[in-house]
Amino acid sequence: MTMASTAHTEVKGDVFHVTEEPHHEGHSTVIGFWIFLMQDMLLFCGLFAIFAWLGGHYAYGPAPLDDGTGKPLFHLAPVAVNTVIMLVSSFTCSLGMVETRKQNAAAALKFFGITALLGLAFLFMQYRETMSLAAVGATIQTSAFLSSFFVIIFTHCLHVIAALVWFVVLAVQINTRGLDDANERRVVCFAMFWNFLDITWVIVFVFVYLMGVLK
Amino acid sequence: MSPDTPHLDPIFGRLTLDAIPFHEPILVGTFAVVALLGLVAVGVVAYFNLWGYLWREWITSVDHKKIGIMYIILAIVMLVRGLADAVMMRLQQAMAFNGSDGYLPAHHYDQIFTAHGTIMIFFVATPLIVGVMNFVVPLQIGARDVAFPFLNNIGFWLTTMAAMLVNLSLFVGEFSQAGWVGEPPLSGAADLPGVGVDYYLWALQISGAATIVGGINLLATIMRMRAPGMTFMRMPIFCWTSLCVNALIVLSFPFLTISITLLTLDRLIGTHFFTLDAGGNPMAYVNLVWVWGHPEVYILILPALGVFSEFAATFCSKRLFGYNSMVFASVSICVIGFVVWVHHFFTMGSGANVNAFFGIATACVAIPTGVKVYNWLFTMYRGRIRFEVPMMWTISFMFVFLLGGLTGVLNSIPAADYVLHNGMMVVAHFHNVAIGAITFAMLGAIDYWWPKAFGFRLAPFWGKVAVWAWTIGFFVAWMPIYVAGFAGVTRRTRVFDEPSLQNLYIIAAIGTAIILVGVVAFLIQIYVSIMNRKALRDVTGDPWGGRTLEWSIASPAPDYNFAFTPIVHDVDAWADMKARGYKRPTEGFKAIHMPKNTGTGIIASILVFVWAFAVIWYMWWVAAVSFVLMLVVLIGHTFNYDRSFYIPEDVVTRAENERTRLLAQQG
Repeated sequence: MTMASTAHTEVKGDVFHVTEEPHHEGHSTVIGFWIFLMQDMLLFCGLFAIFAWLGGHYAYGPAPLDDGTGKPLFHLAPVAVNTVIMLVSSFTCSLGMVETRKQNAAAALKFFGITALLGLAFLFMQYRETMSLAAVGATIQTSAFLSSFFVIIFTHCLHVIAALVWFVVLAVQINTRGLDDANERRVVCFAMFWNFLDITWVIVFVFVYLMGVLK
Repeated sequence: MSPDTPHLDPIFGRLTLDAIPFHEPILVGTFAVVALLGLVAVGVVAYFNLWGYLWREWITSVDHKKIGIMYIILAIVMLVRGLADAVMMRLQQAMAFNGSDGYLPAHHYDQIFTAHGTIMIFFVATPLIVGVMNFVVPLQIGARDVAFPFLNNIGFWLTTMAAMLVNLSLFVGEFSQAGWVGEPPLSGAADLPGVGVDYYLWALQISGAATIVGGINLLATIMRMRAPGMTFMRMPIFCWTSLCVNALIVLSFPFLTISITLLTLDRLIGTHFFTLDAGGNPMAYVNLVWVWGHPEVYILILPALGVFSEFAATFCSKRLFGYNSMVFASVSICVIGFVVWVHHFFTMGSGANVNAFFGIATACVAIPTGVKVYNWLFTMYRGRIRFEVPMMWTISFMFVFLLGGLTGVLNSIPAADYVLHNGMMVVAHFHNVAIGAITFAMLGAIDYWWPKAFGFRLAPFWGKVAVWAWTIGFFVAWMPIYVAGFAGVTRRTRVFDEPSLQNLYIIAAIGTAIILVGVVAFLIQIYVSIMNRKALRDVTGDPWGGRTLEWSIASPAPDYNFAFTPIVHDVDAWADMKARGYKRPTEGFKAIHMPKNTGTGIIASILVFVWAFAVIWYMWWVAAVSFVLMLVVLIGHTFNYDRSFYIPEDVVTRAENERTRLLAQQG
């Protein structure tokens, strides 16, 4: 997983070709996945930009501090719980990574399993929040503010769902083949993806909820 | 229209027999011709029993060279479609004067100008540059393949399926009538509730995803797979511009994804991002889409500039003048390209300061571009210029592109833009740049790298006819449009009230006919060369006296590209090797590790196509089934760990011995 390119090996004299070529299977996977995550982050950036623009367009409908009856629309306590769930899941995911590096497949799967369960809990909390918002008439169709709010939440949830599917597939593959090179690369990418989801959620929490309430 | 529209058929959604345009004779005729050609193609494949060959050698191939060639074939097929649209528009505009309504009804005409732009950008220019980059970059950096060969294959098939979606809209339903960037509120559900905009959105969504995948792939390839000794500052300029382009793709295409996804949500489930009610703002779309749209312009132009740098060095038989400044100019264009998007809508009223910033930034693009033009000129100065077809494209490009660049600077002034916005001046400007740079470069590139792909050169005569016809045709077709633009004519006009303009449009139509001669000459050139391929055989693998690594190997390039990975000591590695008495190794070959072919790419892409078609027509059960199947296919693919094989030593030895024999024959 070294980042150094072979291109920087300097060869002197009139030597024009390599005679021994070690083949690195999957030598570009991690950097490729980094680039993928970078463009995924830009996707969220665009959604945040739209929220920054349209997030104040309540169109006489629900607003963060007033759901129409004078009560606040955003309840920060469950969202804070969700944030903690996400942060803890990131921690267990990293523990799984440590076990992976030790080639300890069973322990790694245990920690990734806990991570996935926390992910499920997170999705459940999101479901409850969406339902409670819908109960006061705040849906994705209500106003530009709620459209741009829900599209961020749902995009993040879709990422979490994709990660959970990925976890199931990966668990089957590790169970059948163990932590060989190919599977270890996949675990590294999975862990990167999960941490990315966590970081994105923290930004959602600050940028959408906290700043939404402060507006 | 929303999914719960009344009378939605549970099986066919909103698809009915009325969707097939029997009442439009032009479309019925087109369909007959396309169906006939399709039958002929299938007949030829069946007669020679090529199914197995096509499946094994092309459709499932992960070879970057074959994928590159398939991209270019797709682009040429779509070019014919896009040109047909152009010719129809030119005829309509030349006729629709003095009370005449022309021959195209408004509904049809609006689809044509939308399809022309969409096709030319997404399914001609993009596949052309992606194809050329795919073919050339690994060869120039001394690699045997790209970083992610399977992603390369699936990227191509997704692009093809997106193109097929656009073509299908011609015969089933309609295409968008909202212009090539589909700006709301016109593209919203209130104004255009039909399937046209949905076809447009899903075709873009699929081809955008494919382009991102391709961008990640080539970026990782250039960063990780260069031959030993090829530091960044020894990369050929074309690889540099490819690096910039793929960075731009990865940085800008997410914004296209967002813009069209949000617009799709507006249309499909009734959100309020870009609607005129409930707090939505169409200007948000315009901003967001041009954050992608302007870098997209440079995504298309930078490879063209890279290609011309290769031509200039090769055909002047000397090192490119100002290599370092060329690198910095490419990177500058790449960076500045991100802070100019507002110039597409100065009239939106962002305020004088914002407009001034973006106007000045836009004008600044001319500086690195000017550096490049001077570098090419100084490369030619005291060079031994050989007027082969690619060099003729280069010289023609410099005249045409200079004019296009200058009119661009003119457009960059916000005050002028208030007069010129949405007019024919803008249309003339971007065709001037697109034809002069992208088209000329890619036609030249096909000529230049053809021997490396197929093992024989293209006969120059018809190529030269193509250069002259395109060049003269360009000026005849577009100078009158500049005049019309300065006279204040708006773009996308179907019928004219002012009779004095008709001469301009008749001249423009004549110019289009001359360009058409150029296209036909190019196709004749390919045909004639295939017929004479024995006489035109490229035995040496270095037909032009090339300077970069792709010319150090046989033509056509073997599957494994390089029997031994080259070591690079200088810019223009191959020229350096030749100058220092390089002797090609003739023994000691080893087995070579290569990626295996896979059918997952095309199968998954076909399922994506079916899924998109189902969503466009609200056939929800088809959408659900195809989506699940697609997931099964893609996840199933991850269970296949056996993805590579060795080309055996004796196969490599046999191929290389054949090359040794041919080279010895040459003496």
